Amino acid sequence: METHRAIDAVWRIESARLIAGLTRMVHDVGLAEELAQDALVAALEQWPESGVPDNPGAWLMAIAKRRAIDQFRRRETLNRKVEEIGRDLETQEGPSAEPDFDAIDSNISDDLLRLVFISCHPVLSTEARVALTLRLLGGLTTDEIARAFLTPETTIAQRIVRAKKTLAQKKIPFEVPSASELGERLASVLEVVYLVFNEGYSATGGEDWMRPALCEDAMRLGRMLAELVPKEPEAHGLIALMEIQASRARARTAKDGTPVLLNDQDRARWDQLLIRRGLAALDRAAELAQPMGPYVLQASIAACHAVAKTPEDTDWPRIAALYARLVQLVPSPVIELNRAVAMSMAFGPGAGLEIVDELTDVPSLKNYHLLPSVRGDLLAKLGRAEEARAEFERAAALTRNERERALLLKRAAE
Amino acid sequence: MRFMVMVKSDENSEAGVMPSEADLTAMGRYNEELVKAGVLLAGEGLHPSSKGARVKFADGRPTVIDGPFTEAKELVAGFWLIEVKSKDEAVEWVKRAPCMDGSAVEIRQVFEADDFGEQFTPELRERADALRATSEGK
Repeated sequence: METHRAIDAVWRIESARLIAGLTRMVHDVGLAEELAQDALVAALEQWPESGVPDNPGAWLMAIAKRRAIDQFRRRETLNRKVEEIGRDLETQEGPSAEPDFDAIDSNISDDLLRLVFISCHPVLSTEARVALTLRLLGGLTTDEIARAFLTPETTIAQRIVRAKKTLAQKKIPFEVPSASELGERLASVLEVVYLVFNEGYSATGGEDWMRPALCEDAMRLGRMLAELVPKEPEAHGLIALMEIQASRARARTAKDGTPVLLNDQDRARWDQLLIRRGLAALDRAAELAQPMGPYVLQASIAACHAVAKTPEDTDWPRIAALYARLVQLVPSPVIELNRAVAMSMAFGPGAGLEIVDELTDVPSLKNYHLLPSVRGDLLAKLGRAEEARAEFERAAALTRNERERALLLKRAAE
Repeated sequence: MRFMVMVKSDENSEAGVMPSEADLTAMGRYNEELVKAGVLLAGEGLHPSSKGARVKFADGRPTVIDGPFTEAKELVAGFWLIEVKSKDEAVEWVKRAPCMDGSAVEIRQVFEADDFGEQFTPELRERADALRATSEGK
């Protein structure tokens, strides 16, 4: 029914604000979502007849508020809550027995931001944060989230229920973190959004379309976030990174679905609009004149590739320098390996090999096939054929990907 | 999904009449809403057709005609490029655009890579064409 589709669209546009505003009023995310769902049910019942109202958001909020007031007047457990809230409100805002439904609507952006932070609260597991964020802020149904993450719907449903319970039990406040905590709390939000993006980015065509659509969901959340915390460079860094990565979507798989490496991609297929937006987001981050954080650094590296018309035009020294800064913030051997590759492209294979040789004993890289693969490549370029062959064979043994193994064995044979 | 949202011209936009202060503010706020919602990719206003040109292609040759052009309502005065989940969502957003009294807005979906059937192997494409031909009774 076309009204249903219109209602779905309205929900996608309005649900996050609705839930955010209600949470501020009733001090409980779970209850807020229930009330919002009640309003949705009312819309599904009435709008097919009456048509979609001129201001659907206001309509939904009015219904939700009315339900909330009814519930507070009737249910006993909620009355107890009212007492608690009344007590809280007394200490905060002066004597009041009920949540203040008639309070002047605070800035909806403030409420949305509070909702973002509570959905991504570190007391919740990462999976719980992802599910809750997609539900409350992304407006996705439980079924959509389940399909997107190849998880049973009941698992996702339980995850969300438990998350809300945890937030209530631990009395997690509905607030924007203080300045001193903001950086760390924001990092946990960015992590959730980027996780969703990567889940979508790793999905291949031919799978459930909900999966690659996760990239769009993540980018939408990332864009919203950049507007909610415009003074945070990492928020701009994240959306820059996602947009630049997404710009390569049309170039990164061959017709048969095999991945195409960055250097081999047809750059004419890169989405210039997304690249431009990503670069603009990086500019916004730069204007804030703060030391580059991990997302700004990663985005800057991606930008180096994005602005190179051909692989030969790539500013490898800059990429190497950016990796050097990144590894200081995020001491990961994988990042160090990437830095080695960049160094070799910028300053010759010897420069890269120096770094790789430091990594050969790192335990976490023991079964990482890219380590011997990169080492083999550098050794080959230095004319050390025998050692190169050994490395390629080692890499081939470590990879589970048939096509990659074939490629590595081929290089070993050369 | 991406949609091109085209605001059609009218006599005022073609005459280069600037919108009122109030209208500009309302438009600014609407654009801000699109940005805050994370759906706006791009958006611009276009100069009247008097500053534009048309290129017609016929008999293997292009001919250039300078504006202005008549039939304002067939012309485009401005556009938004938005990224949303469905045409319905695009429609919902457009319904909220201010200062549109007397104008019309057209919504068109943008082709994505998949729409070009790049996943189609030549064999699959042949089969699909054959199927279509059969159902069309050719």
